[in-house]
Parts: sequence; C-alpha cells; structure tokens
Amino acid sequence: MELLTIAISAMLVNNFILSKFLGICPFLGVSKKVETATGMTMAVAFVMTLASIMTYFIQVAVLEPLGLEFLQTIAFILIIASLVQFVEMFIKKASPTLYEALGVYLPLITTNCAVLGLTLLNIQEKFNLLETIVHGVFAAIGFGLAIILFAGIRERLALADVPESLEGFPIALITAGLMSIAFLGFAGLV
Amino acid sequence: MIESILLPVVSLGGLGLIFGSGLAVASRVFAVEVDPKVEKIRSALPGANCGACGYPGCDAFANGVVLGEAPANGCPVGGADTAERIGEIMGSEVGAVERKVARVICNGTTCNATEKFEYNGIKDCKAAALVQGGSKSCQYGCLGLGTCYDVCPFDAITIEDGIAHVDPDKCTACGNCLDACPKNVIEWAPYEQKVVVDCNSKEFGKDVKVKCTTGCIGCQICVKACPFDAMEFEDKLAKINYDKCTNCMVCAEKCPTNAIWADFSERKTAEVIEDKCIGCTICAKKCPVDAIDGELKKVHEVDPDKCIGCGVCEEKCPKDAIIMK
Repeated sequence: MELLTIAISAMLVNNFILSKFLGICPFLGVSKKVETATGMTMAVAFVMTLASIMTYFIQVAVLEPLGLEFLQTIAFILIIASLVQFVEMFIKKASPTLYEALGVYLPLITTNCAVLGLTLLNIQEKFNLLETIVHGVFAAIGFGLAIILFAGIRERLALADVPESLEGFPIALITAGLMSIAFLGFAGLV
Repeated sequence: MIESILLPVVSLGGLGLIFGSGLAVASRVFAVEVDPKVEKIRSALPGANCGACGYPGCDAFANGVVLGEAPANGCPVGGADTAERIGEIMGSEVGAVERKVARVICNGTTCNATEKFEYNGIKDCKAAALVQGGSKSCQYGCLGLGTCYDVCPFDAITIEDGIAHVDPDKCTACGNCLDACPKNVIEWAPYEQKVVVDCNSKEFGKDVKVKCTTGCIGCQICVKACPFDAMEFEDKLAKINYDKCTNCMVCAEKCPTNAIWADFSERKTAEVIEDKCIGCTICAKKCPVDAIDGELKKVHEVDPDKCIGCGVCEEKCPKDAIIMK
C-alpha cells in the first residue's frame, strides 16, 4: 500500500515536470514530436532508475558513515554524470539498436535536474531501497506522461491557427501552464 | 578542524578517482571499433547531405565507400578534389571525374520567344505546364517560373528575362533541377565546354522560326561547318558531341539564328614559339582552316584572323612549339 502511494504520488500528484517543475529544459526542448519525446522518456527512465539505486548505495555506504550528508548534491552530480557516461558506453557495445533508439538523448540527461532532484528527494523522504526504485520508475513514467502529452498537443498546435504574436514558444509556455493547472486536479488523490 | 576539511576532500576526490578510472577502464572494455576510414571520408565530403550520390546523406555515403558499395568518385558535388582525397584514404587510384554542370538549353527570353497566352496562375513551372503546356509558344522552351530555382540547394540558378540560367561556378551537379524541370530543358554539359546549342525545340524549322528568333531551325549549316564532325542531328535539333568538340566556335559563328551559344571571350589563338619551331609543316597540314603558313625548314606563322583556336596544331606539333593563348 505504501508503495502504491509512492507510485501514484510520483507519477501524478507530484509530477516532476508539472508540479515540481524539474526537467523543464527537455520538456520544452525535445517536445516538438511525439517520437523524440518518447525517446527522451526512455532514456530518462533508464537513467533515473539506475541513478536512484547508485545514489542510495553511496548515501548509505559512504556519505552517512562519514557524516558528509551535506555533500549530497555534488556527490550525486558526480555519480549521475559518470553513470550516464558508463551506460552510454555499455549500450553502444551491448545493444547498438537501443543505442540508436536513445540517440542523443542519453548524453543530454547527464546533468538533468529531474534526475538529481529525484535522487535528493529519495534521501529526503528516507526511502528504503525498494521504495527508492519504485519512486524512480514512477517518477520517470510521470515525466514521460507529461512530455508525451505535451508533444502531442504541440504537434497539433503546429497546424493550428495561432495568433502571430503567440506562435512558437509563447503558445507552448501557455500550454504548459494549462497542463500544470490540470495536473493540480490530482492534488487530493494521496 | 583539519579533519573536517580533509574528509570531504579525500572522500569526494576518492569517489571522483574511482569513477574516473572506472570510466577509463570501461571505455577500453566497451570500445566499439569504428572503421577510422569512415570518419576520414566523412570529413573529406562536402557535407551538404543533398543525396545526389544516391545515399541518404554524407554519412551513409562514407559508409558505403568503406564497404565497397559506393564508388570513390560517387560524390558529384565534391567533384574531382573529393574523389581524389577519398581515393587517398582508401588507398586506390580514382579515375578523375570530368566536372559537369547543369545548363538550361533554351534562349527563349521574353524578347526572343513569343507567348501563346497570358498565364496568371501559380508561379510554378509544373503547374503552368499543365495548362496547354505552358504559356510559351514553343512547347520545348523554358517557362522561367523558377521551379528549378526553388529546388537548387546551392543558389546556382537565377531567372533572367523569363528563362532560368545556371551559374556553372556554383553548380555542383546534384541534379535536383533536372528532376524538377517539367520541360526537360536542363541538360548536362561539361564545365569546360564553351560552345552549347541553346535550343531544345524538336519542331520543323518553319515552326521554330515563327515562335522564337533564336531557335534551331535545323538548317545543318553547323554540321557542314564543324571541322571535327562534332555536330550531330537528332529530332531536327543540332546536338554537340562533347567528346569530339574542341571549342573552336565555328558553328556558333555560322549559325544563322544564333541558336548556338559560344563564349568568344574564351576563344584562343595559336601562337608559334619561334625558337622551338623546326619547320616540319605538320601543323600546317593538320590545320582545318589553313591558318598556318608553313614552308619547309622555316619558322611557321599563324594567321590570327583565320585561326579558330581549335588546338589541333598544338596537339600535333612534335616539338611543342605551338601554344594556345
């Protein structure tokens, strides 16, 4: 039951993009097509899950025994960056098809704040390993939900008759705002 | 005190060191071998990704060359230079590609050719060609609405006086305009070519004359005038055989309707280097227009008024005593 609450919370109520406003850069940057948005989601989900696990162990095994919790941010950036690099190399060797599918998105998320935010939240909420993994996976699904929905809307917006002064980014930002308000509706769920 | 500074530094530094060396090892272990030739060839290509080679882009073409599927001189945009560099990378000699460029073989400008009717439709040759084959009275001529201009990725095409014109220096022979032209009035011509028949009309001379002042009327004067049998006739239209043509421009001089374009400013004249000439008379015998005055054992002279600049004498002289200027 506890895990279900964490899952729903990470996916809908505290959606990383639309409620916590993390990962806005890819949200606006790679949301012009549903296809690229999906690719980005896959890469983010991959890294988020792995990063949650890695940072959990570093936190428990290194930072806490030494009393260095204040170094969380900088240590986690280090972990995420090298993890992404490693994963990229590994996938390139092990599965060229997956590597091509993820494409440029994998290196893009090296310093994504959504990933860092997730790992810091895991510690803040004092999650155990299982909860950490569930939180990571569902946060990524929430990220994907938001960005793919947004990309779908933007694809249609490209064909719509938008007032000239609002074309492009202005209308995209308005759309993002409206989506955020819509997601507020989930607030009472948990 | 010192411990509270040292501990973070050492632990973070240690973490960085571990991850760094881990990555270094991983980059060795998981190294994917990419043929270095692919990258080298890719950097030798122009990178326009125009697809003229038949591959989706320059990357795919580079891959194709390394796999042996694509010819080293397969990039028409890069031309001989690129082919040579790719040949060096691949370690094989490449036959030089003769540079060719697109040329609009029509001189039916608004003042030369008459119109059948006034066309007020979409400014696109393909659309215009659907209405009675276009407004130009000559059904073979350039419509000049710029469909080729739109597809040219290199800005090589301009529309002047109602017909398209290709700048040979900018043209990279990607062939987009040839595909786009609904009138098939764009053809390949060698870059070095200085004489071209600028007419595409396959009608009888009488009909051509009514429709355009500079059309080929099929009089065949050029065929008789050409000293090298380079002029051929096909569908009542003069065609230059570029393999035989020496750019002597005699045909352009003789053409009664000026349908043959020639760059007379590029016309050369033979000149005898007096020190080298031994008076063998070979050049005088070979000259198609008798422009060389050659007595045995005496230095020959070229009559610049008669000389057509065909270069035959230069080629035939055993002592290299003639140069074209």
